[in-house]
Amino acid sequence: MPFFEGNKMTAGYGDGPDIITSCSINVDRGEIVAILGPNGAGKSTAMKAMLGLLNLKSGSVSIDGDDISSLTPQDRVKKGISFVPQTRNVFAELTVKENLEIGAFLRKDNINKVIEEIYELFPILKEKRSQVVGQLSGGQRQQVALGRALMIRPSVLMLDEPTAGVSPIVMDELFQHILKVKETNVAIIMVEQNAKQALSISDRGYVLVTGENKFEGSGNELLKDPEVRRSFLGA
Amino acid sequence: MDLLNAIILLLNYTVIPALTYGSQLALGAIFVTLVYGILRFANFATGDMMSFGTMFAVLLTYYFQSLGISFGVLPTALLTIPFAIFMMILYMLTIDKFVFSYYRVKKSPPVQLAMVSVGVMFVTQAIIRIIIGPSDKRFLDGEKFILKATEFKEMTGLNEGLTIKSTQVITIFVTLIVVSIMFWFLNKTKTGTSMRAYSDNEDLALLSGIDPKKVVLITWVIAGVLATIGGILYGLDKSYRPFVYFNNMLPIFAAAIVGGIGNPYGAFFGGYVIAFAEIFLTYAYKRFFIYILPDSLEPNSMIQLLSTDYKFAISFSILVIVLLFRPSGIFEGKKI
Amino acid sequence: MRQYSNVITAYLIMTILIILVGVFQSWAIALTILNYCLISAVMTMGANIQWGYAGLINFGIMGYTALGGLAVVLVSVAPVGEAWKLGGLNMMICVGIIVGMIFLIRYVLKKIEKSKKRSYLIAAIIVIGLLLLRFISAPAIESIESVEPAKTGFLGGLGMPVLFSWIVGGFFAGGLAYIIGKIALGLRADYLAIATLLIAEIVVSIVKHEEWLARGVKNVIGLKRPAPYEIDLQTSPWFINLVEKFHSAKLELINSISERQDMLNQMVIDASSIYVKLCFSGLFLTVVIILLIITQKALYSPWGRKMRAIRDNEEAASAMGKNVVKEHLLIFILGSAVVGIAGAMMVTHDGLFTPGSYRPMRYTFVIWVMVIVGGTGNNFGAILGGFAVWFLWVQAAPIALFVINLLTSHLPETNEIKIHLINSAPYFRFLLVGIGLLLIMRYRPRGILPEKIIKQ
Repeated sequence: MPFFEGNKMTAGYGDGPDIITSCSINVDRGEIVAILGPNGAGKSTAMKAMLGLLNLKSGSVSIDGDDISSLTPQDRVKKGISFVPQTRNVFAELTVKENLEIGAFLRKDNINKVIEEIYELFPILKEKRSQVVGQLSGGQRQQVALGRALMIRPSVLMLDEPTAGVSPIVMDELFQHILKVKETNVAIIMVEQNAKQALSISDRGYVLVTGENKFEGSGNELLKDPEVRRSFLGA
Repeated sequence: MDLLNAIILLLNYTVIPALTYGSQLALGAIFVTLVYGILRFANFATGDMMSFGTMFAVLLTYYFQSLGISFGVLPTALLTIPFAIFMMILYMLTIDKFVFSYYRVKKSPPVQLAMVSVGVMFVTQAIIRIIIGPSDKRFLDGEKFILKATEFKEMTGLNEGLTIKSTQVITIFVTLIVVSIMFWFLNKTKTGTSMRAYSDNEDLALLSGIDPKKVVLITWVIAGVLATIGGILYGLDKSYRPFVYFNNMLPIFAAAIVGGIGNPYGAFFGGYVIAFAEIFLTYAYKRFFIYILPDSLEPNSMIQLLSTDYKFAISFSILVIVLLFRPSGIFEGKKI
Repeated sequence: MRQYSNVITAYLIMTILIILVGVFQSWAIALTILNYCLISAVMTMGANIQWGYAGLINFGIMGYTALGGLAVVLVSVAPVGEAWKLGGLNMMICVGIIVGMIFLIRYVLKKIEKSKKRSYLIAAIIVIGLLLLRFISAPAIESIESVEPAKTGFLGGLGMPVLFSWIVGGFFAGGLAYIIGKIALGLRADYLAIATLLIAEIVVSIVKHEEWLARGVKNVIGLKRPAPYEIDLQTSPWFINLVEKFHSAKLELINSISERQDMLNQMVIDASSIYVKLCFSGLFLTVVIILLIITQKALYSPWGRKMRAIRDNEEAASAMGKNVVKEHLLIFILGSAVVGIAGAMMVTHDGLFTPGSYRPMRYTFVIWVMVIVGGTGNNFGAILGGFAVWFLWVQAAPIALFVINLLTSHLPETNEIKIHLINSAPYFRFLLVGIGLLLIMRYRPRGILPEKIIKQ
C-alpha cells in the first residue's frame, strides 16, 4: 500500500461542477511524483483535494494507512503533510528566520536544530536569515517557501508549480534542491507546467485530462510514450 | 539667558504638550492599525471603544474614592486600569462574537466590516451615554504638578517657568512601557510572530497551522489594553467626555494612515507627527522671537501660522498630503 | 408585481406612522418629521447615487450639507454694504490670488516635467500665495468682523431669492466634490471613507471659524423663506376665513362670542404654523419627485448600466474601454451636488444657519445608515431609508420612554435606576439606530428594498 494516497477522488468548488472525477494519485516516501496535464485539467484541484482545501464528494485520502478524508487542512499539516502554494507562498514582511519559525509553528520541541538543517539544505538562507523576505530574489523566495514547508519535517511535501515564473537557471537549481529534499525520505508530489524537466527528475508521473487519470507511469515511460509526447510535451 | 528662556518657553508650551498628546494619539493609532492589519477593517468605533474603557476607569475611580482607597500621589485611576481593561476586552470579545466574526467567517469585503463598525459605534455611544451620561467628568486626583512654574523660576532664576503636570509624565512614561512591551511581544515571541504572519499572509498562516481564532482573540486583547490605557491617559490629562472621544477618532485615523496603516511602528510615530504638527503650527511664536531676536527686530504680531481653531484641520491636511504623495504612509518597510 | 407591492407596503406603513404621530402627538410635529424625512430622503438619494450606482464610499456628507447651508446665506442674505466698503476689495483680491495660484500651478504641472524642481516650484507658489493671502486678508477680515459684530460682522450675501440658493448649494457641493474627487478617488474604499470624513471636517471647521464669510459659530438667523410667515398669515383675512370655514362645525358648538373668538384665534395660530410647514412639504416633495424621476431615468439609461458595470467589475469595465476614473468623478460630483441641495433645503426650512451644529454623527453616519437600511442602488429604497431612519431617530426617545416606563412600572418613582433610565431616554436613539443597522446588515444586507436585477 502506498504511503500517501488519494483514491478515486471526486471534487469541485462549492456547488459548482466536478473538476476532478474519480482521480487517483499516490506517492511513496523518497519518491517524486509529477502531476501533468493541460490547463484546466484539474491538477491543482487534485492536489488541493488531497490537502483538504476542498471537500471530497466521493473517494478518500489516506496517509500511512489512516483515512484522513475528513480532517481539516490544519490537522493534515499535523499529520506531516506540507504544502507550498504557487503564489504568495512566503511571508513577505517577515524575515527569513521568522518564516522558518512560523513553518514550525506546530512543533513544540526545540526547532533550532531543524533550522540548522534547513540552512544546510539551502545555504543562501543562512546568509540572508535576518533579511525581510520581500527583498529577496524570486529564486531565493522559492527556497524560503520550501524551507518553511520543510520545517515540520513533513513526510509528504506538495508543491504547486514551484518553478512558475522563475528563470531556467533558477529552475534547474530549484529542481536540484527538490532532489535533495527527496533524499531525506520525503514523499513529494508536484504539479508542473514544465513537463519535460519535471519528468526528468520525477520517479513517476500522472497525466490528467478533464479531471481524470489519462496516463501514468515512470518518468521515462511517459517521456517515451508517443501519445504523451505528442499531446503534452510538444514534440 | 534669553536663549535659555526661549527654549524653556518652547518646551513648556509646545514640546511637552505635544509629546503628551502624541503619546495618547499613538496608543489609539496602534489600536487602529492592529485591527486594520489583522482583522482587516477600518474600525470606526475606535474613539467610542476607547471611551468605553475609560468610562469604567472613571466609575471605578469614583467608587474607590468613596471607599477611601487611593494611590498616594498618583491618580487613583491608575489602580483601576486592570479592571477597566478587563471590562473593555470583555466588551470587545462580545461584540466580536455577535457582530464581527460573522463577516470575518464569510470573508466579507473590508468596506462591509467598516460599515458594521459604524453600527457598533452607534451602539457603543448609546451604552456609554446611558450608563455615564454625556457630560464632562474629571477623575484626576493625587498630586497635579511635578514641577510648578513658580518653583522652576525660583530654582533657575529664569523669566520663563516650566510646568510639568504629573499627567504628562505619567502619559509619556506609561505609553513607552506599554508600547515597548507590545513591540517586544510582536517581534520576539512566537505568538507575536504568528500574528504578524497572519497579518501578512492569512492563507499561508492557516497552512502553517496558526489558529485564526487565537490570533483574533489576542488581537482584541492587545487592542483592549491599548484602547483603555490610551483613553484613560487622555481623560486624566484633559477630561472625560464621550463626544470628545468620538471626535478623537479623526486625528487617530490620521496618525495611523500617516504612519502607514497596518504598520504599528508607523502608527506610533504617526501619533507624534500629528501632535507636533498640530501644536507647532498653531503656537503663537511672538514671545519666542522676542527672546531670540534683537530688540530692533521684535515682532508686533502674534507670529501664529494658523489659528488654534484649525487644530484638527492641520492633522487632516497632513493626512491628505500623505495620501496624495505616499498612500502607503511615510514610514515604509516592515509592517505588522 | 411582487416587488412593487413591497414598495407600496413599505411606503404605506411610513405614511400611517406619520399620520399616527399627527393624531397622537400633534400635526405640527408630524409635519416637521415629514419635512425632515423629505430632506433626509434627498441626502440619501445623493449618497445612494455614489454608493449604490458606483460603489463609492463618501463619508463626507456633512461637508456637502454644510456647504449647501452656506449657499443659502451667501445667496439670500442682503449684502452688508459697510463691510463690503471696508474689506470687500481686499477679499476680492484674495479670490483673484487663489484663482491665480490655481492657474499658475496648472501651468507648471503642464509645462514642466515631473521632477524635484517642479515640486519645489509648486510648494513655493503655494507658500508665497498663502503668505500674500494672509497679508491682504488679515486687515480686511478684522474690519469686516468689526461691523456691528452683534448683528452682522460679515460680508452678507447677494440678496437673491432663497430658492435660487438650492441650486447654488448644489453647485458648491459639486465643486467641492470635484476637488475631493481629484485628490482622493484613486484611493481604496476604506481609505476613501476616512479621507472624505476628514476633509468634511476641514470644510466645517473653515465654515465655523471664518466669521467674515457667514458669521461662523455666531450663526445667521432669520433667513428668507420661500413660504409665508406665520405672523402675516394670522392677520390675513383670507386665511382666517379659511380656518373658520374649516372648523365651522366645531365653532358653532360654542355659544359665547368672545369664547368663540378666542377659540378661533388659537385655531388660526395653530393652522398658520401647519400651513407654513405644508408649504415646505410641498416644495420638498417637488424636489424629491423631480430627483426621483431624474435618478430613475439615469439608473435605467445606458449610462446607468455602464455605472453598474463599473461598480460590479471595475477591471472588466475598464478593459472594455470605459473611462472608470472619469465616470467615478462625475458620479461623485452629481451625488454630492444632490446632498448640497438637501443641505440648502434644510437651512431654508430652519431659517437659520448654525455651523456649530454640523457633526459627523448626525450628518454623515445617520445618513449612511439610511442608505444601507433603505436599500443600496434602489432610489425608492433610498427614500424609504431616509424616512424610516429619520422617523426612528426622532421618535426613539418617546418610544424608549414608553418602554422604560412599562418595564419599570413596578418600581417606585424615586427609584434611582428608574430616574437614571428616564433621564437617558434621549440616548436610546443611538442604540435603536445602531441595532437597526446591525440587524439589517446581518439579515438583509441589501436593504429593505434591494436593488432589482433587471434581465435584458
